[in-house]
Amino acid sequence: MNLLSYIIRRLLLMILVLFGVTFIVFGVMLLLPPGMRVAAFVKSEKITPDQMNAMIKQYGMDQPAPVQYVHWLENMLQGNFGYSSTASAPVLDAFKQYLPVTLELVLYTMPLMIIVGIVLGTIGAVRKDEPADHFTRVFAIVGYSLPTFWLGLLLLMLLYGLLGIFPPGLLSNKLTNVINSPGYHQYTGILTLDAILNWRWPIFLDALYHLFLPVVNLVIIQSATIVRLTRSSMLESLGQDYIRTATAKGVDRKTIIRRHARRNALLPVVTISGVLFATLMGGAVITETIFNRPGIGLWTARAAVLLDVPAVMFNALFLGVVFVVINLVVDLIYAYVDPRVRLT
Amino acid sequence: METEIMVEQPEAAAGHKGHRDMHPRLRELLFGLKRFISSPLSVIGLTIIVIFGLMALFAPIIEPPKTPNNPYMIPHTGWEMQPSPPSMTHPLGTLPQQYDILYGIVWGTRSAFVIGVAVVLANLIVGVFLGVLAGYFGGAFDEIIMRITDIFFAIPFLIMAMALVVVIGRGLGAIILVLVVLNWPQYTRIIRSEILIIRDREFVQAARASGASHLRIMFKHILPNTIYSVLILASLSVGATILNAAALSFLGLGSDLGYADWGQMVASARNWIVGPTGQPLAFWYLVFIPGFAIALFVLGWNLLGDAARDVFDPKQRRK
Repeated sequence: MNLLSYIIRRLLLMILVLFGVTFIVFGVMLLLPPGMRVAAFVKSEKITPDQMNAMIKQYGMDQPAPVQYVHWLENMLQGNFGYSSTASAPVLDAFKQYLPVTLELVLYTMPLMIIVGIVLGTIGAVRKDEPADHFTRVFAIVGYSLPTFWLGLLLLMLLYGLLGIFPPGLLSNKLTNVINSPGYHQYTGILTLDAILNWRWPIFLDALYHLFLPVVNLVIIQSATIVRLTRSSMLESLGQDYIRTATAKGVDRKTIIRRHARRNALLPVVTISGVLFATLMGGAVITETIFNRPGIGLWTARAAVLLDVPAVMFNALFLGVVFVVINLVVDLIYAYVDPRVRLT
Repeated sequence: METEIMVEQPEAAAGHKGHRDMHPRLRELLFGLKRFISSPLSVIGLTIIVIFGLMALFAPIIEPPKTPNNPYMIPHTGWEMQPSPPSMTHPLGTLPQQYDILYGIVWGTRSAFVIGVAVVLANLIVGVFLGVLAGYFGGAFDEIIMRITDIFFAIPFLIMAMALVVVIGRGLGAIILVLVVLNWPQYTRIIRSEILIIRDREFVQAARASGASHLRIMFKHILPNTIYSVLILASLSVGATILNAAALSFLGLGSDLGYADWGQMVASARNWIVGPTGQPLAFWYLVFIPGFAIALFVLGWNLLGDAARDVFDPKQRRK
């Protein structure tokens, strides 16, 4: 199969999977009584039971499921996602407000966890069974086993509680007033980026200061997967014939590790980057909750507890769609890099 | 594929004298056990799980329940919101509303075992069953099952779990149900790909030629040669399953305060992270102890899972 037909096949599959995601999210919602589902169309919080019943009729919540599904899908495509009671705003507006906070967290965590993971994994493989390897293995298995929320709570208790450093939240109060003042432009909502664009370095540093613990928390836990994967695939690739050939040719060890072994060893790491995104979003829910960062994760967590159905369902749908697209991109890159994949 | 080679050609495994007349599978098991015991990490993992297992088993003796009908309710000695530090009456301190932490830890072990083992077992059975059918018969059925797993893989796990718990109503039962519903596809995928590899091997053809039924071929000839990969996955998944359940509990989607579940106990610490002025670590026991129980339990399972992989995965063992 050539690359083009592979891409076409994957695109068709993606459409199928996207429909599947909407089926599942809708199917989950169908388990709710009509009154709770109609909340997706309510635009304000004040509503009487009579109005509610009228709305159930109006929006066809008493009709057969397939009809409702089509209707629901139409609404989604037109951007009618309903009203979020936890955010006291329409879902889409709330989403726009919360997204940058989560993006900022992911933006700093993702590169760091990949670098930490690959570096430690490489060290572990190259120095197999030496103390450095034992350290990386312990790091990985501990990172695997620690609950995200527990590590977060401990970090908060020890560093913020005991030492008074790295407070939770997004910014200190004083600077929160500054960014809300008229002279300050919030171009993206991403605090560190806006601070640079406004050329306000104290705000940049303060935002980083508040980002530190959440990022450390996520990196410790999330890089464990990459450490293990890099280590085992490095070990496999170091045992290959072409490595022996290169050694026999007299290529120095460093070049062999970096250019010959690691390039091939990183392929499996690329494949799981989609999965990493999903677990990172899960981690963001917990981390934002603990460190009191009002992003998508904290919003979804509060919405889930307070039965704010439109918000939860929108986020499940949104993250599902993002995840499908990321996986497609990853697979296409992979197929481009490694021609063997296209055959299967 | 390689598993099959090891099982069918026992001389590939270190054939010790005296073991030679044993059934190949038994010898394989013995060989695995030897490797298992020789690794200190696996022994540590096993020790942790055995200790927790004993604690779960003897929970009624260690901490006799005050309400025998519902032993999972932690007894409490008041309604005072502020947790009490460790003392003679409460060796590990109390949660808010004076729920005894020690009692919660001991009986929470049972909850943890139920969550980890029951969920993974259910995932394993459903996943393997569908995977075997899909891999063996192929065709439209295979295509449908695989697309369904694609869809399940497409939804970020924790978010979907939260959505489902919201719909069916929160509680530990709901969390367990959600994990059962969401987690089977990985088993299906792995066992299917293993089956595709050995489906047309000679020994399967031989079985088919000698008139064995589909059911017999699937579960007697193919499954035993592919099951190790999913067993390894299962043993590695127990820890992750417990972490996911605990995360959902922590977010407030689990049981109510006072139920013996570690995740719920950590959740009750959320408002007590930093103590009053002058004693920042006043509530350390509340934050530290239940979470430590989770971490230790998960660590035990992960070490066991690693050990299982090292023992059963022929790729690892040659090194």
